[in-house]
Amino acid sequence: MPDSVSAAADELYYRMWLVRYFDEKVDEMFAKGMIHGTTHLCVGQEATAIGGCAVLRDEDKITSTHRGHGHCIGKGADVNRMMAELMGRATGYCKGKGGSMHIADVERGNLGANGIVGGGIPLAVGAALTSKMMKQNYVVLCYFGDGASNEGSFHEAVNLASIWSLPVVFLCENNQYGMSGSVKEMMHIEHIADRAAAYGIPGVVADGNDLLEVIRVTDEAVARARRGDGPTLIEAKTYRWKGHSKSDGRKYRTREEEAEWKAKDPILRFGSTLLASGACTQDDLDRLQQRARADIEAAVQFALDSPMPDIATLEEDVFA
Amino acid sequence: MRQMTYQEAVREAMSQLMREDERVFLMGEDIGIYGGAFGVSRGMIEEFGPERIRNTPISEAAITGAAVGAALTGMRPIMELQFSDFVTIAMDQLVNQAAKLRYMYGGKASVPMVVRAPGGSGTGAAAQHSQSLEAWLAHVPGLKVVQPATAYDAKGLLRAAVEDNNPVIFYEHKLLYGTKSEVPEEPYTIPIGKGDIKRAGRDVTVVATSIMVHKALHAAEVLEKDGISVEVVDPRTLVPLDTELILNSVKKTSRVVVVYEAVKRGGYGAEIVSTIVESDAFDYLDAPVVRLGGKEIPIPQNPELEKHAVPQVDDIVTAIRKMMRKA
Repeated sequence: MPDSVSAAADELYYRMWLVRYFDEKVDEMFAKGMIHGTTHLCVGQEATAIGGCAVLRDEDKITSTHRGHGHCIGKGADVNRMMAELMGRATGYCKGKGGSMHIADVERGNLGANGIVGGGIPLAVGAALTSKMMKQNYVVLCYFGDGASNEGSFHEAVNLASIWSLPVVFLCENNQYGMSGSVKEMMHIEHIADRAAAYGIPGVVADGNDLLEVIRVTDEAVARARRGDGPTLIEAKTYRWKGHSKSDGRKYRTREEEAEWKAKDPILRFGSTLLASGACTQDDLDRLQQRARADIEAAVQFALDSPMPDIATLEEDVFA
Repeated sequence: MRQMTYQEAVREAMSQLMREDERVFLMGEDIGIYGGAFGVSRGMIEEFGPERIRNTPISEAAITGAAVGAALTGMRPIMELQFSDFVTIAMDQLVNQAAKLRYMYGGKASVPMVVRAPGGSGTGAAAQHSQSLEAWLAHVPGLKVVQPATAYDAKGLLRAAVEDNNPVIFYEHKLLYGTKSEVPEEPYTIPIGKGDIKRAGRDVTVVATSIMVHKALHAAEVLEKDGISVEVVDPRTLVPLDTELILNSVKKTSRVVVVYEAVKRGGYGAEIVSTIVESDAFDYLDAPVVRLGGKEIPIPQNPELEKHAVPQVDDIVTAIRKMMRKA
C-alpha cells in the first residue's frame, strides 16, 4: 500500500461507508415518500468515487454524473448539506433547486453533477483549459459512465483535450449498464479504454472495485496531466447494485449476476486489505463503519430540521 | 467620426477586450490564420497568438461545452459558431448547461460566456446556412440574446456581452458585416436590455430587429414621400427586452408593425406583439397589430426565391400603407 494511502486509510474506509450509507438511506427515504423526484444511486461504486478523488488536491476539480453522490462525498462535500439538498431544503448545496442530479460545490472544486448523459465531459475540458491558460496547475477529474462514452460529446471533448494536451483525466465508471442497455448490447468493443487509441492518449483498464487500483491508476493519470502531458482515459469496471433510478425493476439482468458482483463488494475488499496489512484492527473498522452510519443519521436529522425554501427565492439566481 | 464596418467593429471590440483582460479569449472553427468564415477575426492570431485565438476542430458541442467549463472556472470566453445554424449541434451545452447551471446550483456559479452566431439569409447558402434561430434561444431562461443591427451597436453590445456574468448569444447577421456606421475608437458599452429609436416618427411604429432595422429605415424613407411618418424602434436585445421603449413608441403612434427575418410562426416578433397587447398600450392602438416575418419554409438557394422567403422593403411599405388606409 502506498504511504500516502496508508496514512489516509481510515479516512478512505470511512468515506466509502459514508457513500454506502448515504445512498442506502436515500433509497429508504424515497421508498417512504420522504424525498421527492428521482434519484440514481451509486451503491457498489464506492471505490471509484472515493479512490478517484483521493489523489486530488483541494484546488483540483471534478465533474460528475447523475449518479454523483459518491463523487460529491469524495470531493469533500458535507453530507448534511447534501441530504438537505435531496430533501429540497433551503440549507442544501443548491438551496433546494438542484436536488440529487445537480449538486455542485464549485468553491470546493466540484463543478457539478449532470443530468445529461455525457453533458459534463466538455465542461471538464473547459475547466482544464482554464488551468492551462492561466497556469493554475490544477487537474480536472471527469467522471462519466459507460453510456456516456457513446455520446458525441465524449468523443468531441476527448479529442479536444488531446490535441490541446489539457490537464484532464477521463474516468469512466463502467457499471455495465446505461439504464437498461448493457455494454455488451450497446458497444462492439471489449474495453471502453480502447477508445483512447482513437485520440492518441493512454487508455487504462482498471478493476473499479479495488480501491487501491483505482487510486494507483488515477494517481498516475493525474501526475501525467499535471506534468503537462495531457489527458488519460481510465475505464474502471464496476457495478451498480441498485436499479438505474427508483422506478427500475431490473428485468434486464439476472439476480445471479448481481450476486456475483456483490461478492466483490469494494468496501469489504478494502477492509480485508487493511486487516491483512495490519493497518487496522477489526475494532477500528467497526468503529469507522459505525461513525459513517451515525453521520448519515445526523444528516437526515439536519435535513428534516432545515426549512423549506421561501417561495420568494423561486425567481432568484437565473442571472448573475 | 470615422466610419467602420460591422465586421471591423466586432473585431475591434474583441481585440480591445482581449488587450485589457487576459481572461478573454476566442475559440471557434477556422478563426485563426483563416480569420473566421466571415473574416471577423482576421489578423487577430498575429497579435494574440494561437493560445488565445484558439482554432478548434469541427466539434460544436465540445467548443460550447469547453466555453461553459472555462467560464465556470473564471475565464470569459467568446466563441464563434461559424454559422448560427450549427447551434443545433451545440444545443445541449447551451440549453441544459450554460443556461441552467447557475440556477440549478443555487446561485453558486456563473457562466460568463459569449456565443457569436452569424445568421440570416441573403447569401445563397441555402437551408442549412441561412437561418435565424434566435427565438429558440430567447425561449430558454438563463440566456441573454442580443441582435445588433449596426456597427456602432455591435461594438458596444459586444463589450457589454463579454462583461456580462451570464451566457449571452450574440446574433450577427451575415449581410450586415459589410455595412458601415460611425464607430468611436475608444471602448464603450451599450447596456444589454436597452433598445434604440433608430428613427423618430409619429404615425406608425415599426419594431424591427437585426437586418430588418435597415429595411424598415428604407421603408420609412419611401413612406415619407406619401406623408407617412414612421418611427423605427430597434430593441437590440431580445432578452432582456426594453419593453418600456417599445410601449412608449406605440402609445405615441397608435399603430405598430413588427418585422423580423426569422420564420414568422413562433418567432420572437410574436413575443413583442404579445408584450404590446398585454400592456396598457393596447388601449392606444388604432389598428390591429401587424407582424411580418419569414415564410414557413426552409431558406431556398435561388436568389429570387430566397428574397421572397423573408420580408423586404416593399413588404413593409405595403403593410404600412394598408394599415394607414384603414385608419
